Amino acid sequence: MSDSKQLTAAQRADLRTVAAMIVPESAEYKVPGADDPAIQADMLATLGRDTALVAQALDHLADLAGKPLAELDEARRDAVAQEFRKLGGVAAATLVRVVLQCYYRDDRVLRSLGLELRAPFPKGHVLPDGDWSLLDPVKARGGTLRRAT
Amino acid sequence: MKNDPVDVLIIGAGASGAAIAWSLADTKMHILCLDQGGWMNPAEYPSTGRDWEAKFYGEWSSSPNVRKRPEDYPINDDNSPIKVVNFNAVGGSTVMYTAHWPRLHPSDFKVKTLDGVADDWPIDYDALTPFFEENDRMMGVSGLSGDPLSPLSHPPMPQQPLGLSGPLIGKAMNKLGWHWWPSDTTVATTDYEGRARCINLGHCTPACAQGAKASTDITYWPHAIRAGVELKTHCRVREILTNEHGMASGVVYYDKDGVEQFQPAEVVIIACNGVGTPRLLLNSVSGKFPNGLANSSGLVGKNLMFHPYAQIYGYVKEPTDSNRAPPTCLWSKEFYDTDLSRGFVRGYGIQFGRGAGPVFEAVASEQKGILPWGKDHHRVFRKLNGHRLAVSAICEDLPEEHNRVTLDPVLKDSHGIPAPKIDYTISANSRKMMDHGLARGREILEAAGATDICINDPIPWGGWHLLGTARMGTDPARSVVNEWGRAHDVKNLFIVDGSIFVTSGGVNPTSTIQALALYIADQMKQRLANLFD
Repeated sequence: MSDSKQLTAAQRADLRTVAAMIVPESAEYKVPGADDPAIQADMLATLGRDTALVAQALDHLADLAGKPLAELDEARRDAVAQEFRKLGGVAAATLVRVVLQCYYRDDRVLRSLGLELRAPFPKGHVLPDGDWSLLDPVKARGGTLRRAT
Repeated sequence: MKNDPVDVLIIGAGASGAAIAWSLADTKMHILCLDQGGWMNPAEYPSTGRDWEAKFYGEWSSSPNVRKRPEDYPINDDNSPIKVVNFNAVGGSTVMYTAHWPRLHPSDFKVKTLDGVADDWPIDYDALTPFFEENDRMMGVSGLSGDPLSPLSHPPMPQQPLGLSGPLIGKAMNKLGWHWWPSDTTVATTDYEGRARCINLGHCTPACAQGAKASTDITYWPHAIRAGVELKTHCRVREILTNEHGMASGVVYYDKDGVEQFQPAEVVIIACNGVGTPRLLLNSVSGKFPNGLANSSGLVGKNLMFHPYAQIYGYVKEPTDSNRAPPTCLWSKEFYDTDLSRGFVRGYGIQFGRGAGPVFEAVASEQKGILPWGKDHHRVFRKLNGHRLAVSAICEDLPEEHNRVTLDPVLKDSHGIPAPKIDYTISANSRKMMDHGLARGREILEAAGATDICINDPIPWGGWHLLGTARMGTDPARSVVNEWGRAHDVKNLFIVDGSIFVTSGGVNPTSTIQALALYIADQMKQRLANLFD
């Protein structure tokens, strides 16, 4: 399977469904689910070298479900998901990672976490210098390097 | 195609290749360095983009097998619980490392004498002392002099801030009465030699966009090039050729256009790390050297040492630095020296981790099974994210011949050159050491109030330190190079990277690798009139 393979409509539908199972929408935290259209669009646009493994994972998921994931009742869907995560290996791990890496860079999600909506560079971060008197007991205890002879 | 001969040809522009190129430049010899990679562009480093964390899983992975940049070569490490990680570019793996900067201890050079295991080095710590100091100035080191349990160093810049994570670790260690100290690092805490000070981008390992982290493309190389050293990039060396006298005559390499070239040289210096160096030697087969170049001892590729990392981490109620600081800032040498009551010989250093960014936290925690799918995901994630503290025991790996680098019979790189194959197992001694480190790490985390403890045992993608596969020694039957880095079998061939380590110590090795390279350069300069005797 080549990296350039695109996901089929059925695979995209299952990706949406499983993404929402991993990270559902939350009114309490005021965040979308990972099935949010913007987050899904980010996933599809940036799949790149992960495309083949994600497609493989979705094929595995489809085999386990026997029909579109969204058409299963909740209990069956949960059972399929557990089986998928348990047996899906590298492909399943890649799919989950793709969902999470796109979810946790979404503006709404970062805002909810209290994180700034920016790349680390060039602003960086400010770090407190800290209380260096904490080192006093270590200095007081001292010690010696083991001799080489 | 044949090029004009050079006096000195260096293969590899990473930590050791850069250091020796700079040091030899004052001889005014014609020095050429070939590197399979190119110059990196800091404007494209991950921390310049919003997708900074995602890149670490792909084009900026620490594993060449995942990263698959054109400059990389594949490594078959299926038969090893620890996977090889590296970076191939001008600067080598100093582009992609944590910048943790301990030195080997004086006792690390005498393990046979002190503990009856492995072998003593043919040189001692004192021989390297001036070169440690010189290297610290060249790389630009920050730290706090006076650590009672580490070799004395004189960092030209002050130590990193404790931040939020440091005090939590320090208090826990004080509660236990155990040693800790701010790490020496090659992170500039003040403006230094044209480098801007650290602004806590936090994502240091996959390259520093600020240039605060020392990598040899921004430290040694500008000086070496100004002094006349020539550096050709995107040139992958296939093999070293020898003449009828058994001397190295030059190298065959593929240039940036993939054209095969021959580069004659009077002296060849290999600086390709503990995997790349044996690979090159084993690929340099001839009638006189049927088992690979400089391999009359049969030890080329053997005695591979990695430093198994036993990592344990947990989550505290207080906020930690997360991704807002260099990942390492403190070390401990509490368990560094041999104490046989622990059930193993030798010991380990500890490096503490400040935390992780949100994507890394989510992905790792889901994989560990502590971050659930479904409606509870958000609550749990908020408990974990920004609250992680990590403790890693970096265990001294003793040399064992069955841990080795050979040539894979099938796998080849993009130029058709046989790729390296790794066979490695964690020894019983290392296993006990790792268990001890995990147990002590748990005590540290519990003293810090951490819960939801997880372990990485070993850190699977932790094969940063590639050591021992062309060891130095005075006995040609038991070593590949002599006590000043010259191959026993080929008198104009030198090796200066981590492959010449006799033992590994329990600390990150780059500082010692570079000090060794400078020491070997000094030895060569002292012997220029009779270098091949």
